[in-house]
Amino acid sequence: MLVALLVMAAATLLLATALTLSRDRTQRNDKHGNDIIENRYQDKALIEQINQLLPQTQCRRCTFAGCKPYATALARGEADINQCPPGGDHTAWRLAQLLGKAPKPVDRQFGIVRATPLVAWIDEPACIGCTKCILACPVDAIVGASKFMHTVITSECTGCELCVAPCPVDCIVMRLPDEVHLPRTGSTVHAS
Amino acid sequence: MTAPAMHGGLRLAGNKKRSTQSALRIAAAPSQVVLPLDQHAGTAATPLVQVGERVLRGQPIAQPQGEISAWLHASIAGHVSAIELRPTPHRQQPAPCIVIDSDGSEESAAHEPVDVDRLDAVALCEHIAAGGMVGLGGAVFPTAPKLLLGRQADEVHLILNGAECEPWISCDDMLMRERAADILRGASILCRALSAARCSLVIEDDKPEAILAMQAAQSAAHPNIHVPNIDVRVVPTIYPAGGENQLVTTVTGLEVPSGGLPSDIGAICHNVGTAAAVARWIDHGEPLIRRIVTVTGSGVAEASNIEVVLGTSIADVIAQCGGYSGRVARLLMGGSMMGRALASDALPVVKASNCLVVALPTDLQPRGTEMPCIRCGNCSEACPAMLLPQQLHWFARAQDLPALDLHGLLDCIECGCCDHVCPSQIPLTQQFRDAKPALTAHRSAQAAATLARTRFEARDARLARLESERQAKLAERRKSVG
Ligand code: SF4
Ligand code: SF4
Ligand code: SF4
Ligand code: SF4
Ligand code: SF4
Repeated sequence: MLVALLVMAAATLLLATALTLSRDRTQRNDKHGNDIIENRYQDKALIEQINQLLPQTQCRRCTFAGCKPYATALARGEADINQCPPGGDHTAWRLAQLLGKAPKPVDRQFGIVRATPLVAWIDEPACIGCTKCILACPVDAIVGASKFMHTVITSECTGCELCVAPCPVDCIVMRLPDEVHLPRTGSTVHAS
Repeated sequence: MTAPAMHGGLRLAGNKKRSTQSALRIAAAPSQVVLPLDQHAGTAATPLVQVGERVLRGQPIAQPQGEISAWLHASIAGHVSAIELRPTPHRQQPAPCIVIDSDGSEESAAHEPVDVDRLDAVALCEHIAAGGMVGLGGAVFPTAPKLLLGRQADEVHLILNGAECEPWISCDDMLMRERAADILRGASILCRALSAARCSLVIEDDKPEAILAMQAAQSAAHPNIHVPNIDVRVVPTIYPAGGENQLVTTVTGLEVPSGGLPSDIGAICHNVGTAAAVARWIDHGEPLIRRIVTVTGSGVAEASNIEVVLGTSIADVIAQCGGYSGRVARLLMGGSMMGRALASDALPVVKASNCLVVALPTDLQPRGTEMPCIRCGNCSEACPAMLLPQQLHWFARAQDLPALDLHGLLDCIECGCCDHVCPSQIPLTQQFRDAKPALTAHRSAQAAATLARTRFEARDARLARLESERQAKLAERRKSVG
């Protein structure tokens, strides 16, 4: 009985010392530049949080080089919440909520997009294999090689339209996902 | 052993006698067929033919795209006159279709019958896929992927669905009465493809003729049918006992997990119609190009079951059943509970068309005006999926997608039981049906965004790496020059 009590007392003492030691260490850490690390960490977390709300179309309509760059600018207060047309008013509203700003609709000067997204489609016989579209695609959704036919991997295409303008022979059009397996028809929706 | 009861459900008037009075009819071949590329669950098929090309009856005209998809075959011989978007009975929006104009010939593409015993099970599954087989109960899930999924379970229990619980529909009843041997042959093939240990056939007790026919066929089984002992289970007529998950619970006593599949607990359900179609494909080389459709309701002169070539227009089918007999109030594809109202009869019969109800005003239950929910709880007692429709109702009105997800909206089988018992006449099922696409779109948009994000970041990292490699090389060269 006595032995047991002694052991317990010793254990408690040991535990107490361990606790004080660890508390000491954290306190010391606080004094050693923890502020800066914490800030950097918070910044990164906020960018990630904002990026989660963005649609990841990567279309650059917001004037930044993609969704994550826009998220970074938003986190640093260098952009407004109403710049992402694919995200629409709903995303603008959620960004306002997250960043504690007044909600407002998307500014139309950044562009207008369809409610149902389109996907790029290459009229394969017309392609000259210049690879310009591959270089433009932000999500590597186009396959092909120099002087060979190119094609779009529909399931990976975000519909950002960045590949349409660079094509020298205008053989890339934006179509409804349902239509991509059909031959070229009059009902094709051309990128505006 | 008494079958464990499923939760909820309703006893409904069957209205099936009308269409089972006369024998099975065979419809005349149409002059034109319209074949939607997406008439199965999953991704639409891709065309293999061009406009103007001549095709033979049974020739494959579109191939599957992705894992859950199905082959499509020409259902008549003739020329492809168009490949374009057309209105269809199974989608709200027009869907891509292949249109074939008949040239009057009966010329068929040659498909050799195969010897099942010489194929291994996986090759057999692939061969079944090539026949364009999909579930003919109405959900049109491609048969082969389902078989392959089922093979992953340790011990498979094949359940043949002949319950046909929904009012008005009687095509499976008719099939069991008239072609019981085909169903047994199909069952033996499916058992082999699945390496199934057990096989049960479920029939509701309001189909005594079908039960007798199946039992008789089993005792008179042809020598090439070595079925691992099908046990015929007669279950009480309670709607929706034939729902896939309800069926599994009735037969095995186990519950399919939320968001899961019956194969997760070692069960695979196939409709009796699917089994018969598989037998026809394997033994006679005829792919899925026709199906039995129940044409019924007070609005059609001769209600009956009729075997129709896929792609035939619904107007043509109704004309072959004596035409309309009054001012039609509503045209439904499917039964009275889960059926879909059609805007016109100029739509094609698809693989999912199990039943056409031509309803006169007297067939329809008058619906009162919607009143607020009084929290009586009738709906949750009737719900076979054990959901809380009254809660889903609130969240659907509020468009609260995360809450709908949490309360299992996607487990709703759209059976209509909650509607039927609601004293406030709230169109609950319609609300749930409308809310589901928003929830799945929300989920898939989320998944697409994640994919795009990882691809964008991977590309960024690659470009950065290439740039730094280029810089390093440049520096190296400068050093060697200097
Ligand atoms: S505008 Fe385009 S690139 Fe910018 S955040 Fe929106 S989707 Fe991303
Ligand atoms: S294929 Fe074209 S539209 Fe699609 S993601 Fe790439 S650049 Fe954008
Ligand atoms: S830019 Fe146009 S022509 Fe050049 S590879 Fe792409 S699709 Fe072909
Ligand atoms: S429609 Fe859905 S919620 Fe209503 S009873 Fe059927 S499964 Fe339950
Ligand atoms: S049955 Fe109708 S009134 Fe009763 S709880 Fe359900 S939704 Fe409300």
